[in-house]
Amino acid sequence: MSHVLLIEDEPNIAEAIRFILTRDGWSVSTLDDGAAAVAAVHDQRPDIVILDLMLPGRSGLEIVESLRADPATHGLPVLMLTAKGAGREREAAERAGVSRFMTKPFSNADILASVRALAGR
Amino acid sequence: MTAGPDTGMPFNILVLTCVTYVALLFLVAFVAERRAGIGRARWLRSPAVYTLSLSVYCTAWTFYGAVGYAARSGLEFLTIYLGPTLVFIGWWWVLRKLVRIGRKQRVTSIADLISSRFGKSNLLGVIVTLMAVVAMTPYIALQLQSVTQSFGVFASGTPEGWALPNRDATAIWVAAGLALFSILFGTRKLDAKEQHHGVVTAIAVEAVVKLVALLAVGSFVVWGLADGPSDIFRRISQSTLADWQLQPDRWFGLMFVSAAAVISLPRMFHVMVVEGGDEAHLGRASWAFPAYLMLMSLFIIPIAVMGLERMPTGANPDMFVLTLPLHEGQGALAMLAFLGGFSSATSMVIVEAIALATMVSNHVVMPVWLRLRPDVAMTGDVRGVVLMARRVSIIAILALGYGYYRLSGGSAALASIGLIAFVGAAQVLPAMLGGIFWRGASRFGAALGLIVGLTVWAYTLFLPSFGNDGMIPAHVFAHGPFGIGWLRPQALFGVSGMDPLVHAIVWSMVLNASAFALGSIFSFPGPVERMQGAAFVNVFDEDQTGPQGWARGKAEPETLLMMAGRILGEEAALAFFEAEARRQGKAGFLPDATPEFVELLERRLAGSVGAATAHAMISQIVGRAAVTVEELMAVANETAQIMEYSARLEAQQDELTRTARQLREANEKLTQLSIQKDAFLSQISHELRTPMTSIRAFSEILTEGDLPPTMVAQYGRIIHDEAIRLTRLLDDLLDLSVLENGTVQLNLGLANVQTLLDKALAAAGSTRPERSFTILRDLPSENIFVRTDADRLLQVFINLISNARKYCDNPDPELKIAVRQRAGRVSVDFIDNGSGIPKESQAIIFEKFARLSDQSRAGGAGLGLAICREVMANLGGSVSYLPGQGGAAFRATLPLRLDRKVA
Repeated sequence: MSHVLLIEDEPNIAEAIRFILTRDGWSVSTLDDGAAAVAAVHDQRPDIVILDLMLPGRSGLEIVESLRADPATHGLPVLMLTAKGAGREREAAERAGVSRFMTKPFSNADILASVRALAGR
Repeated sequence: MTAGPDTGMPFNILVLTCVTYVALLFLVAFVAERRAGIGRARWLRSPAVYTLSLSVYCTAWTFYGAVGYAARSGLEFLTIYLGPTLVFIGWWWVLRKLVRIGRKQRVTSIADLISSRFGKSNLLGVIVTLMAVVAMTPYIALQLQSVTQSFGVFASGTPEGWALPNRDATAIWVAAGLALFSILFGTRKLDAKEQHHGVVTAIAVEAVVKLVALLAVGSFVVWGLADGPSDIFRRISQSTLADWQLQPDRWFGLMFVSAAAVISLPRMFHVMVVEGGDEAHLGRASWAFPAYLMLMSLFIIPIAVMGLERMPTGANPDMFVLTLPLHEGQGALAMLAFLGGFSSATSMVIVEAIALATMVSNHVVMPVWLRLRPDVAMTGDVRGVVLMARRVSIIAILALGYGYYRLSGGSAALASIGLIAFVGAAQVLPAMLGGIFWRGASRFGAALGLIVGLTVWAYTLFLPSFGNDGMIPAHVFAHGPFGIGWLRPQALFGVSGMDPLVHAIVWSMVLNASAFALGSIFSFPGPVERMQGAAFVNVFDEDQTGPQGWARGKAEPETLLMMAGRILGEEAALAFFEAEARRQGKAGFLPDATPEFVELLERRLAGSVGAATAHAMISQIVGRAAVTVEELMAVANETAQIMEYSARLEAQQDELTRTARQLREANEKLTQLSIQKDAFLSQISHELRTPMTSIRAFSEILTEGDLPPTMVAQYGRIIHDEAIRLTRLLDDLLDLSVLENGTVQLNLGLANVQTLLDKALAAAGSTRPERSFTILRDLPSENIFVRTDADRLLQVFINLISNARKYCDNPDPELKIAVRQRAGRVSVDFIDNGSGIPKESQAIIFEKFARLSDQSRAGGAGLGLAICREVMANLGGSVSYLPGQGGAAFRATLPLRLDRKVA
């Protein structure tokens, strides 16, 4: 069973994603703070990370950058979500090295498809 | 001439001591000059030195003569000290004005003051100079006489019999020595301001010596000869002095004349105004100088009484200070007394000679020389000529003094010569005081007053002093000139029976002052005169510009530089011109010859050669001898037009600058607004999308079905909550928009602050209800009725209280609410005990979406404080963050009565 680490500070959104992925057979753990994100990745060794752009503690972009700088997590698939839909954010996210970028709100089917695609399933 | 027994010290030791003392003075003056030269002379310009230098007032006449005066006329000698004391204590503001004028106008002498005040008139300078020379010559002779006499006292008793084969030789040596000193230290340089550090310092040293000497002799008399003060008092009451009767006319006359003298004697004016020039020092001197005079006069009576008692009959009381110690076998003390007297005489002569020489060279020699050789301002070495003129003048003045001494035979009592000089010097007083206090005083009046006063003085006092049948024939004394009785020298207008001195004082001063006043009233002052008058009388008004006498003159800066170089010296002139050029923003050594510059140059030159000469020299170059009224009016008109024109230009310039600034500000504001709008839209997008995301995701989950009912309920509630959150956000946005546009409808009415706070606390209780919050209130102070929109105010209160409940991070949270009413306004403070808001964030918390922590914990969209700010603005008040209160602290302020919404 593949593992997903979901880092999202809005509890309701986190609950929705958790429900959708769990139902699809993923094991999901959630985190609501950016500061602990990198450590949690090293602990849990997830197959996929879902990351909000605006997080308390540490921004999503910074987290991606430090994941990409570390050889151990260099190729880890990262799906970034944001409620700021502007193109500027997307460019910044792609520069930082996210694998996939999605704006909120999203359809449940889209997010499921994205996670599956990232996992190569 | 009385001599003591041969217990005195040998005469050659006296000469040796005397020479040593003089050498010491030269050394002191030399060192002081040196230190001043290298700029390390702050103590030279201290109030103490200033006060001591004022003691040139105390001449040999005061040192020796006061005792003689007391022996002859009792307490009358005191008037000589009381006059100056009154002036320094009561009239120091007059002195202050003189000192200020002296500094501003760079006055070089009393003649220069009068000349400069009355339109830089050289005639007045000449009159005052003449008067000073005539009046001071006997006075200088008196000093020579006293030194010679005191030498004689020692000489006649010596066993060697070195009995001064020729006393005139002594006098001539003394005069020559003094001339040398004055020339060496008084005419070394030609400064912008006549200040001679060496001379002043030497004078200060001499002031100490004469005071110490007199106190020493006095102490010896009181405690050595008599049995202490009580014994002295007994002896005084037994002596002839006790029978002295106060003569009110003489008493007041003498007091007046000595008061006048302390201002108008050339040497006093020199040390007080020309050498001094610091008003702060004058403040100190206003009590220190009277104190010095009091010490000088302390032992006069005891010495006089003891002298009369002990000295053989016929002994000259003028020499008691010296002969009494000598008589009592106190050689060393007599020596000290001798040095004291020597100091008194020499300091007076030196300063007087320098002061008079400055006057003579600036007001007599220079103008004549300029008249004889008009081209000289350009070609000659003016500086050298001025210095040479001063040196020659010093020698001439001392020669005059010596000549007078020889002629008068040294017979007259010391005091009477001094008083005659005082009355002569006092003739300047009306013109001087009138000049600095009365703008209407004119040159004609001043000249008339001075001439009348001088004539009366000469006729009633000075000439008669040569004795009956001396300068004035005896029959004139008895019957008047040509038999005109009412013109008798000592009974003018038939007023006989007066004391001759008082008679002279009264008539000279009355006629002088009347002539001055009438002459001023009935004459028309010239333009330069008017402007100088204004500059003098209003010297305390800051920023007055000097006369614009050179407004339309044409001068080549190079020519001016050449002339200035001849007076100031090449180096100084170059430095001055270069500094002025730099001030005008030009490179090099040649500033534009603007009227301001020429005016400044004239004043600078006036400091060296006097106002009248400087004016004349500049006239020659600028090519205009004087300014006429017509020219002046033309200049004034021109100036007015230029000023008006430039004022208009200035106004336009201001207008342009203002518009440009407004445009720039508007542009900045627009840019700022545009950036804000983008940020705002981005923020709103984020705030709207977040609840939308939850709603969309859960509604999709719910529509897919096959969920347990508990989860359906849970997810349904999330959808509901998020929908409410969206609604509230939209409400806030709308509210803010209305408030910001000022289109809000206020519902004004009376509301009680206490009631509102109760409601607000109840409503805000729903925010984080799990926390127990301590509320601190002072109920009586809250009982204030305000006329405002109660609902809106409540909204603000709820918001502030909710914020405290949300963000206060103290485990035992506390909120203090303080209400105050002051000056028609009410302020409500909300202060919690949390960690507060960091300084760098305090400025932005009232901005939209400026939430400092994350949204999920705080709830709300981050518009609360922005709304509070807009509400309070609409209520005519404000809300602000109070720093330094421990926790987070907000103050809402509003007017007690809001009448109608103001814009």
